[in-house]
Amino acid sequence: MPDMARKTTSARKATVTALAWTVGFLIFFPVLWTFLTSFKTEGEAIAAPPSFLFFDWTVENYLTVNERSDYPRHFWNSVVISVGSTLLGVLIAIPAAWSLAFVPGRRTRDVLMWMLSTKMMPAVGVLVPMYLIFRDTGLLDTKSGLVGVLTLVNLPIIVWMLYTYFKEIPAEILEAARMDGASLRSEIIYVLAPMAVPGIASTILLNIILAWNEAFWTLNLAAAKAAPLTAFIASYSSPEGLFYAKLSAASTMAIAPILILGWFSQKQLVRGLTFGAVK
Amino acid sequence: MGRITLRNVSKRFGDVTVIPPINLEIEDGEFVVFVGPSGCGKSTLLRLIAGLEDVSGGVIEIDGVNATELPPARRGLAMVFQSYALYPHMSVRRNIAFPLKMAGMDPAEIARKVEAAAAVLNLTGYLDRRPGQLSGGQRQRVAIGRAIVREPKAFLFDEPLSNLDAALRVNMRLEISELHQTLKTTMIYVTHDQVEAMTMADKIVVVNQGRIEQVGSPLDLYRAPANLFVAGFIGSPKMNLIGGPEAARHGAVTMGLRPEHIDLSTSDGTWRGTVGISEHLGSDTFLRVQVEGLGMITVRTGGDSGLRHGDAVFLTPQPGRMHRFDADGKAMA
Ligand SMILES: Nc1ncnc2c1ncn2[C@@H]1O[C@H](COP(=O)(O)OP(=O)(O)OP(=O)(O)O)[C@@H](O)[C@H]1O
Ligand SMILES: [Mg+2]
Repeated sequence: MPDMARKTTSARKATVTALAWTVGFLIFFPVLWTFLTSFKTEGEAIAAPPSFLFFDWTVENYLTVNERSDYPRHFWNSVVISVGSTLLGVLIAIPAAWSLAFVPGRRTRDVLMWMLSTKMMPAVGVLVPMYLIFRDTGLLDTKSGLVGVLTLVNLPIIVWMLYTYFKEIPAEILEAARMDGASLRSEIIYVLAPMAVPGIASTILLNIILAWNEAFWTLNLAAAKAAPLTAFIASYSSPEGLFYAKLSAASTMAIAPILILGWFSQKQLVRGLTFGAVK
Repeated sequence: MGRITLRNVSKRFGDVTVIPPINLEIEDGEFVVFVGPSGCGKSTLLRLIAGLEDVSGGVIEIDGVNATELPPARRGLAMVFQSYALYPHMSVRRNIAFPLKMAGMDPAEIARKVEAAAAVLNLTGYLDRRPGQLSGGQRQRVAIGRAIVREPKAFLFDEPLSNLDAALRVNMRLEISELHQTLKTTMIYVTHDQVEAMTMADKIVVVNQGRIEQVGSPLDLYRAPANLFVAGFIGSPKMNLIGGPEAARHGAVTMGLRPEHIDLSTSDGTWRGTVGISEHLGSDTFLRVQVEGLGMITVRTGGDSGLRHGDAVFLTPQPGRMHRFDADGKAMA
């Protein structure tokens, strides 16, 4: 009966494939809808029933949005804040993950759990103290303030990711380097770092995306000068009522850079999101 | 030179004592094998010598110099790991060159030495491959190559052959022995395989639960095991250990007889028994014989004994080949 077995598996495969595409489409649909809406007029954007593809395509929204807000400045703020907080976080996390992975102690597990548990607390719970600290230290609406806060927000994830990557590196290889006469410095430069490069790279990528999309702190702690693209989007949803088409245009412009970055680094990202479980 | 001395060296992990204080002398140029059952502390002992673990007490001397506090890099020893521990991101050439690069050697000199080592180990055609593109045996050779280029005071091997298949294991065993003949450098070799220990060692150190049970040449251990543990561990198949009245008749609590030291007859002998399972190896046959009052006794006979399951046989211990042990398991004179 091998034929039958083959038939069932191929039928099953088709089902799973269809299911995967459906789920994928459902997840992607809001992004697609935003993209389409950004090319409609405000009238068409709220028309019921909505038209899917057959409307009068226009780039007017993009022109208006560009006229009314300073996209390049928000874009630059987003780049500085996401890249800056990620690099700062990685610099702090490498030694931390290192000692957790290679010199584990009695409390290593507790430390790891404790770090992760900070992510379980709703951010709004510390908003007021954070706001007051920012206000009193003059960090409100500064890029360095946002870099600092996003570093803290994502640090547990960065440490965890690096820790799991370092854990994958067999301790015997580092011991071999020690036997071969390598100093701690050479061991890091010639053996550990090259072996951990893929892990460090995907950690950086994933955290840039997380920081790019972070809205809670960036919206609450920066209003004008240092406001990144999240604020740029938000500015089209509140002040003068809702403008769906312009809001969509702003959103598309805000997420486009990170989508493009994600597209070109899919492989590292998948590895990053599965915490190194898939090779 | 490669003379290594352990004085009262001990190791604890937390509250667990893995190695109680032990003393050991390893002479320059010796091939020493640490053998013992799994978990007895052989690797720990080797790692203490390497400096990869800190001692909990005692002193390690290398060539008369106190090396107890020296980091691994400064002890001048080379190690071959069970997992090979090659650098996966480097070519074979760079793997072998790594210790020389760390020593700050001139690149031309490094290239020359790497080529020479590769020639000895039949790796010349593989120098530009990554470890991931090599077979297990080739990886093992690279690991050995990386160890020999730096001309260490001693080589440390931790079960280097246990990931290889049986045929390759025999080959590599011979190659390592040959290497020792050529280099005449001290080698410390850890294994739980008593056949490897017997065939390769100048000196065997039998370890059990962190303690050294006996130190001696393979034949010393075979002929005069110091206690029951060594008696049971060295020799294949295992020595027959017999207790009860039969041992008491010889003034011992336990008596030991190797399978090859028992004569077999179908007509007469000291003990009468029934043949159980036989294991045919071609050159030899090992018969498991059920002897009344003694239990199961293993006997070695020639390739074709013609005996079948259930046949009656007579066993006679060869004179002067019997080992006697007291109540503590110690060998009696
Ligand atoms: N880092 C450690 N922490 C706690 N206990 C350890 C550690 N390393 C080894 N041990 C314990 O020490 C004992 C000896 O271990 P070791 O690895 O030396 O055994 P071994 O003789 O090499 O065994 P095998 O033949 O299985 O490799 C074991 O009981 C092991 O559980
Ligand atoms: Mg071991």
